Amino acid sequence: MIAHLLSAADLDRETATLVLDTATEMATVAGREVKKLPTLRGRTVVNLFYEDSTRTRTSFEVAAKRLSADVINFSAKGSSVSKGESLKDTALTLQAMGADAVVIRHSASGAAHRLAHWVDGSVVNAGDGTHEHPTQALLDAYTMRSRLGKLDGVRVAIVGDVLHSRVARSNVTLLATLGAEVTLVSPPTLLPVGVDSWPAAVSYDLDAVLPDTDAVMMLRVQRERMNDSFFPSAREYARRYGLDGARMRALPDHAIVMHPGPMNRGMEIAPEVADSARSTIVEQVANGVSVRMAVLYLLLGGKS
Amino acid sequence: MTAPPADLPEGRPDQGAADQANSPAEAQPAQPRPILNASDLARITARIAHQILEKTRGAEHTVLLGIPTRGVPLAHRLADRIAAFEGVDVPVGILDVTLYRDDLRLRGTRALGPTDLPADGIDGKRVILTDDVLFSGRTVRAALDALNDLGRPSQVQLAVLVDRGHRQLPIRADYVGKNLPTSLAESVRVLLREVDGDDAVLLADREVR
Repeated sequence: MIAHLLSAADLDRETATLVLDTATEMATVAGREVKKLPTLRGRTVVNLFYEDSTRTRTSFEVAAKRLSADVINFSAKGSSVSKGESLKDTALTLQAMGADAVVIRHSASGAAHRLAHWVDGSVVNAGDGTHEHPTQALLDAYTMRSRLGKLDGVRVAIVGDVLHSRVARSNVTLLATLGAEVTLVSPPTLLPVGVDSWPAAVSYDLDAVLPDTDAVMMLRVQRERMNDSFFPSAREYARRYGLDGARMRALPDHAIVMHPGPMNRGMEIAPEVADSARSTIVEQVANGVSVRMAVLYLLLGGKS
Repeated sequence: MTAPPADLPEGRPDQGAADQANSPAEAQPAQPRPILNASDLARITARIAHQILEKTRGAEHTVLLGIPTRGVPLAHRLADRIAAFEGVDVPVGILDVTLYRDDLRLRGTRALGPTDLPADGIDGKRVILTDDVLFSGRTVRAALDALNDLGRPSQVQLAVLVDRGHRQLPIRADYVGKNLPTSLAESVRVLLREVDGDDAVLLADREVR
């Protein structure tokens, strides 16, 4: 197994499958009366969050606690970071306190990679800028595999703001590794330069893609990262790239609708769709805990 | 329950406790030596099934939990025999103990097996843990911890195919297929049809993992 999880590209097919299989077993713990395993007793996991996050931080916290690790939550607000401490100094401080793993979210792409050079413990990238969010890709792959029964040959449409989306980047890489066929659907202004070199097809027309899709993943329109006008208006975006009830009915009967959260209801996804039986949005959150338990177990379980 | 001394390799004491002093290197064949064959295994499973029926007075409210990998087919075989002898259906489950092991840090992480308890659970039942080889006792300790998190059995018993000695914890088996005194340098390999395509117990020179 690898020492850190910084990018979905760190995982080859065998390792990614091992993580998903391990997560399947971890999921059974959620159904027990005692939702606790002794596996990581005495280890310390630090959640180092420089960006706001509810579900990812909580999910990592629950995952670490279910494995009996000690969890320290460290958010930039209200810490010495607001006094101007650098990432490196913060990292070395955590290191001195004996962190076995650091889960980091940072607004700068590549922050997790830098951190991995400074600390001895394992580093898990929980989202760095617009770069990667590998555990989200793993939980999405897990959700697709449990709902659709397989990943090989599954047709996935990733719809929306690909340019700013670390979820899309990690998903494209991981899904390609696992044999799924990915189509990116987005306005041309929200596609990154060099997208033609990604292992994915590109389309500008959502309605043309939907009938041949097994899983459609809606991305959040990230207004906080948008400094330019990437589309004329929110209503126009919703009309062309939003998933409403009519578009959902154009999907094959078995197809699922995914969203990494948090949702802009009425923007990229209609409430009718988000609350439908095809929606896996709440399931994705539950699966996130199992997948993160698997990642922490595989990264930390064998280390002395 | 103790195997007749005639089966034992020459020059070994009957019980395993004393033989740590033995030098394992001298005059040992390179090939693994067969200790039990398929018909031996069939007789042993039948005997343990009878012992379970006798000791539990008919195996009511009893659950067999196999510890992966080879404890699982053993548990199924015991349940089959019990059903054949007295027509009692004993539920069979799987108990993976990987996450409860104390040697993960030393040996590295391993892939997890499934844990699958019978539908009625284990609360208030007599649980018989089943494994192929009883050695240090650490696997059984892990299994007892795992059981503790899964429910509250009224009683826990242990059935093993081979007891090779060298216990590191105060644990003993209730049902033993064969007591096999070994030296620490030897390794016991159990082959089962369901997993390995063949039924046999072999004794080899070195610990192969």
